[in-house]
Amino acid sequence: MEHPLTCGIEIHQQLDTHKLFCSCESRLSEEGVGSCYRRLRPTTGETGEIDRAALAQFRRNLGYRYQSVPGVSCLVELDEEPPHGADPEALDVTLTFAEMMGARTVDEIHFMRKIVVDGSNTSGFQRTALVAMDGSVEVNGRSVSILSVCLEEDAARKVETTDAEVTYRLDRLGIPLIEVATGPDMHTPEEVLEVAYRIGTLLRATKRVKRGIGTIREDLNISVPGGARIEIKGVQELRLLPLYVENEMKRQNMLIEIKGILNGRGAEPVPFETVDVTELFADCASKVIKGALSSKGRVLAVRLPGFAGVMNGDGGRLRLGAEMAQRARVRGVKGIFHSDELPAYGIEGRYVDALRERLGMTGEHDAFAICAAPAKKAESALEAAVARANEALVGVPEETRDPLPDGTSKYSRPLPGAARMYPETDVPPIPVTGEHMARIRESLPELPEEVAARLVRDYGINAQQASQLVRQGHEDIFEKAAAFDGLASVAATTFLNTYGELESDGIDLDSFPEERIIGAFEALSQGVFAKEAMPAVLREMASSGTDARGAAGKLGLEAVDEGEAESVIAAIVAERLDFVRSKGMAAVGPLMGPVMGALRGKLDGRKANEILVREIGKVL
Amino acid sequence: MSYSEETGRLLEAAGATEGAMVVLEAAGRSYRGRLMPHHEFSGPDIVILKMKSGYNVGIRVDGSSRIAVEEQPSEAARREEDVQSKEGLPTLSLIGTGGTIASYVDYRTGAVHPALSTSDMVNAIPEIREVANIRAKVLFSIFSENMGPEHWQKLAECVRDEIESGADGVIIPHGTDTMGYTAAVLSFMLPDVPKPVVLVGAQRSSDRPSSDASTNLMACARFCTESGKAGVFVIMHDTQGDDSFAVHTGTRVRKMHTSRRDAFRSINAPVAAHVDASGKVEVLEDLRDSSDAPVRVEPAMEDGVLLLQYYPGMDPEAFRPLIMSSKGVVFAGSGLGHVNSSFVPMLREACAKGIVVAMTSQCLNGRVNMNVYDTGRDLLAAGVVPLLDMLPETAYIKLRWALANTSSPEEARKVMVTPLAGEMGDRREF
Repeated sequence: MEHPLTCGIEIHQQLDTHKLFCSCESRLSEEGVGSCYRRLRPTTGETGEIDRAALAQFRRNLGYRYQSVPGVSCLVELDEEPPHGADPEALDVTLTFAEMMGARTVDEIHFMRKIVVDGSNTSGFQRTALVAMDGSVEVNGRSVSILSVCLEEDAARKVETTDAEVTYRLDRLGIPLIEVATGPDMHTPEEVLEVAYRIGTLLRATKRVKRGIGTIREDLNISVPGGARIEIKGVQELRLLPLYVENEMKRQNMLIEIKGILNGRGAEPVPFETVDVTELFADCASKVIKGALSSKGRVLAVRLPGFAGVMNGDGGRLRLGAEMAQRARVRGVKGIFHSDELPAYGIEGRYVDALRERLGMTGEHDAFAICAAPAKKAESALEAAVARANEALVGVPEETRDPLPDGTSKYSRPLPGAARMYPETDVPPIPVTGEHMARIRESLPELPEEVAARLVRDYGINAQQASQLVRQGHEDIFEKAAAFDGLASVAATTFLNTYGELESDGIDLDSFPEERIIGAFEALSQGVFAKEAMPAVLREMASSGTDARGAAGKLGLEAVDEGEAESVIAAIVAERLDFVRSKGMAAVGPLMGPVMGALRGKLDGRKANEILVREIGKVL
Repeated sequence: MSYSEETGRLLEAAGATEGAMVVLEAAGRSYRGRLMPHHEFSGPDIVILKMKSGYNVGIRVDGSSRIAVEEQPSEAARREEDVQSKEGLPTLSLIGTGGTIASYVDYRTGAVHPALSTSDMVNAIPEIREVANIRAKVLFSIFSENMGPEHWQKLAECVRDEIESGADGVIIPHGTDTMGYTAAVLSFMLPDVPKPVVLVGAQRSSDRPSSDASTNLMACARFCTESGKAGVFVIMHDTQGDDSFAVHTGTRVRKMHTSRRDAFRSINAPVAAHVDASGKVEVLEDLRDSSDAPVRVEPAMEDGVLLLQYYPGMDPEAFRPLIMSSKGVVFAGSGLGHVNSSFVPMLREACAKGIVVAMTSQCLNGRVNMNVYDTGRDLLAAGVVPLLDMLPETAYIKLRWALANTSSPEEARKVMVTPLAGEMGDRREF
């Protein structure tokens, strides 16, 4: 049976070592200095020819500016000095991980130059080496194949884009990345997440990977039966993986349905032919059209016979129009309007009627699209939109898509052909000897399940908590926090629940220095505040930047001593004396509410209960 | 390192040649890929395969390994196309000598080839044809460290031939290591050359999208076609960016960095002209106008000239045999132009014998002045010739040329202190 989904993933994980080809530190910086202007010229290929598209881009005079960062970038990043030898630590982490995947390590590692001309690499290529192949990873009892484990350099960070220039910062360029590629072995969205989690956990088990947003990025390769291979590149939020997969499955199946509809109608590829309809819109109230016309733009239209109802149809489910608009936007316009969505956006019915007449639209399924922009841009945008419409007759076009924060994706570029790679002659081949691998095997890290079992054994938390801690990568900090007497359970709750709650409020504790978090546990262990106050204290630490003690003070959450607590509780009992006398010891339960209301975060709940029992006892 | 005997035999027996698609079985695994050339630094029992993904990997083979050829390599034809000349455009001649700028990479094997055909060179920067009609020839294909007097002479004669046959300018792609020396050589061998003769190099090889080769070449073409000036120059990046190019006087330029794009610097003299990203040429110095005057070549070069860098602890006796058997010595002395005073008696003897001994400074920046300290005065008295602010390398080239083109040491000494090609000056602005 054919699976409804076939998916493979590529995971890129930054390593916590020096940069791959120089001794700069691997960290990002808020600021960049200076700017060095560069061009990247498409080079002649094997047959002495230059790729036309790349040359066209070059001739558009697109240039790149590079900001450097002291301590984090040097002449190597600026492509002003040949690369040094590959960082031995990064290499060992990669070999360790390959070994954990049961992959076959090559006997000699050869770095390659993979041509990349978008400016993200100053050299115009990315240095990358295949370190191991043919491994596998066990996920929920099923074996998923690992095709390759590569060691490569990360690209520069895009800071700003204008029409003529793209500015990059060199801090990220050269940070070592492990690239793990799985086979196309996953068949449900949930499975994709599970596999990504598992590989991420194994990467972290090496203890030499970077943590936090942007340090691990995933590429998804997704296809459905009758669809095409679509690559969604650079997903940073692991938990959104299933959503991206689901949405892409829906999108491909929707496009397959549209193909059926169009073929059923006998729709033919549309010739690209624009009609200038500017004069019809001279007094149109639409903001987009007014804006375009006021800056000497034109309104161009194209006929789309056969395409009515699939650009936006079936209650918004069929959305070929959105695909066409994404292609058009890549040509530099704000968007297009098509007949399925009009009248709307300030374009009233009479304009639509006039357009239909002007375009001679008489057929049942005749449709159109218009674009208001400078004539050349509008022409180019509509050409891309028509091309996309015509592709719908064939099915799902292969492409690379960018992930959007809402779990959908948008068109980015056509799927690249086979990467052009040739040897990096500046880096000599690196032999991987038997002795080296024996050393790697001797010091393999503890596997995640071993760590989880140890957490249960050593700290008395339950197995589910332990495996969650490991899966979320909080096992190290947990152990440090749980080292304070009696805090294992608070620590588990904090990292498993509080972190998630705060994250949904936009507070990323993973990017907090570990010492600050451990400082909070230390303060807790010293009785500065009660364990119930931990979430509030962490929240305050994040917003005001103070330490735990300061946060507790600011919130008025310093722990009260027993004497003070007794007087607070005695007062509560005294206020409700009649109730207490009538209920006897049964009053403890109802009174815990007001007691905790007065003392929450200042006194441990159990202690409060103990004092309350004592105080009630006194008045009975 | 080459293949071990065993590995060589294994490949030979299978008929596996470079580029062939092979299946290799080693250590219980099977690999399919194209056989790549053996890397100089690869182990003797390592076979390099290019996998389908494009990656090269090294696989160790032993007696139990097996290799089978699936498909022999096919030669990719390199296209040579005729370049049509455009009427009304000036003609520039490109004389290839080798080096990074004139090398191309075989993407299949990764091997860098040090030669480039005419059409390759021009096709790599099609926009150069909008500026000039280009005719190109490959004179040598050598690394610049292997350049010597016989190459210099051939090159000077080739420049003359090109100008005489109608070139409006000559561009010489050259390895950067010794490009400064060659620029000095041509400056003296081609006195008052009537057209621009520009040496140009690249600090990043032309297989890379980031190579500085094409932008430097374009800057040369702009300068040659738009400045209307003549002389021998070096054009390279003026900054680390691709938007600023410096035109250096051939006798004043020195490679001052091992790898940066802006490695070439004018020393003790301003940059002669500047070209910007849009191709605008700004002439900054008083340069000779281009003309149709005849080309003179004076290619003779004397052997037996030494260039010595003075260092503390330098033993005069160790150098006596060399110096006393030479025809001339250029010292890159310390500071204002000094060597240890223990050299004075020997240098006096050498000068008396007719050996031309000249002094420059290893400071590079600034002029020598041997009147300030005792040692300097003693050296002057011994007959050592101070060369003002001339670069040591330029002085070495000039002395070889001066000794070959004069009839006596006295005459050569006079030539050495007479500016001929902007190589020395007595004013340095701050």
